[in-house]
Amino acid sequence: MKENIVIIGGGIAGMEAASRLLDLGYKPIIIEKSGRLGGHVAEWNRLFPDMTPASDVVNALTARSSEANIFLNTEISFVNKLKDSYNIMLSNGISIITKIILVTTGFSLFDAAKKEEYGYGIYDQVITNKDLEHWFNTGDDARVSNCGMNAVGFVHCVGSRDEKARNSQCSKVCCITAVKQAIELKQKFPDAMVYCFYMDLRMFGKKYEDFYISAQRDYGVRFIRGRVSEVSENIDGRVIVKAEDTLSGKPVKVTLDLLVLMAGMVCNPDSTRVANMASLPVDSDGFLKSRDNIADIIDSPKDGVFYAGACTGPKTVPETLAEARAAALRIHLYIKGME
Amino acid sequence: MDFGFKLSPSSAVNLDNVNLEKFEELHRMEPDVYKCMACGSCSSTCPAGRFSGMSLRKVILALQRGKEKEATAMMRNCMLCGKCTMVCPRGINTRHLILSICRIYNGEEK
Repeated sequence: MKENIVIIGGGIAGMEAASRLLDLGYKPIIIEKSGRLGGHVAEWNRLFPDMTPASDVVNALTARSSEANIFLNTEISFVNKLKDSYNIMLSNGISIITKIILVTTGFSLFDAAKKEEYGYGIYDQVITNKDLEHWFNTGDDARVSNCGMNAVGFVHCVGSRDEKARNSQCSKVCCITAVKQAIELKQKFPDAMVYCFYMDLRMFGKKYEDFYISAQRDYGVRFIRGRVSEVSENIDGRVIVKAEDTLSGKPVKVTLDLLVLMAGMVCNPDSTRVANMASLPVDSDGFLKSRDNIADIIDSPKDGVFYAGACTGPKTVPETLAEARAAALRIHLYIKGME
Repeated sequence: MDFGFKLSPSSAVNLDNVNLEKFEELHRMEPDVYKCMACGSCSSTCPAGRFSGMSLRKVILALQRGKEKEATAMMRNCMLCGKCTMVCPRGINTRHLILSICRIYNGEEK
């Protein structure tokens, strides 16, 4: 049980894997770049489809993984391949010799300012999904608090399914996140008109379709099938959104108090950096490449290097947790095999 | 003979009778035509669309459903401004595509 296990990334995947490895009697090391654990989930307010508080998930994981060696505010300076192990140099000067690395570096949120036509960073009343969750958590965002909230729009697929932004993949969770956030806004502002501009609605998960039906039937969220082509600001500081309602075949225009851009998931640049240092391949979608995308999603092509979570592609919270558990078991069996 | 009423032809699309030879020719020239996911970005940004009914999304669909007349009638309103090329998320060179459609379906030399 003296084997070092280095987990790169202290998001939910890293914490879940660490807690399971602790259960199995190991003492994993978590390396986290930021000053806290929890990654993206810690910045979220509630999770679909049961409106579970994100803090419940993060707090439970933090408690279960607290026995691990955790390095916060620490980055990987370099990784050296030794004969049958890796030498990992950390930014705090500590170096670790390990035979097992678990990469849980996750994803980055697409930078919505890159889609200039949507006006993020240009117009005041355009925010992202993350900004909205921040407002749900803190109530601190003048753009949301001070507007009339008569009409709100959600733009799906911002930086997803977009070859020009060099992200052709579907980010998977934004459809259901938009439905969730639309419902939450309707709960807070029942009189507001809420529009969702979508191309396809991908309600693949457990109870997602029920959630969608509820948004339509119980909350009256309006779904318009068409991609927003441009956003402009009027003299009152409200935003005018243009799209095609592809089902009626007519152009539509609507003036909104708030526009929420559903920024998608892209590969974390830190994942790519770690991949370069450890000579791990990158898949055609820009995420890390598994040994096999069906049978061996948590195995990298290198012996002793494993993946869990969104570093290999967009994933939901339960999928990420399941992968982290699988990775913990995989590592356990790998260590058994070495003995 | 006038019965005082007549049957209007069915508006249903019968895919058995659709001749896609020209569309296949178009596909050979413009492989990206199948990349369209009908999001409507091109149509909503089209400056001619609001007044004339021009919609590239509809043109691409109409051609695949054998409604060539409908499609070419819409195409006449295109001003080739290229705004649709700028907004297409799939990166289709729509302006080039429009010219190819004109070439194939209108039998123009150029």
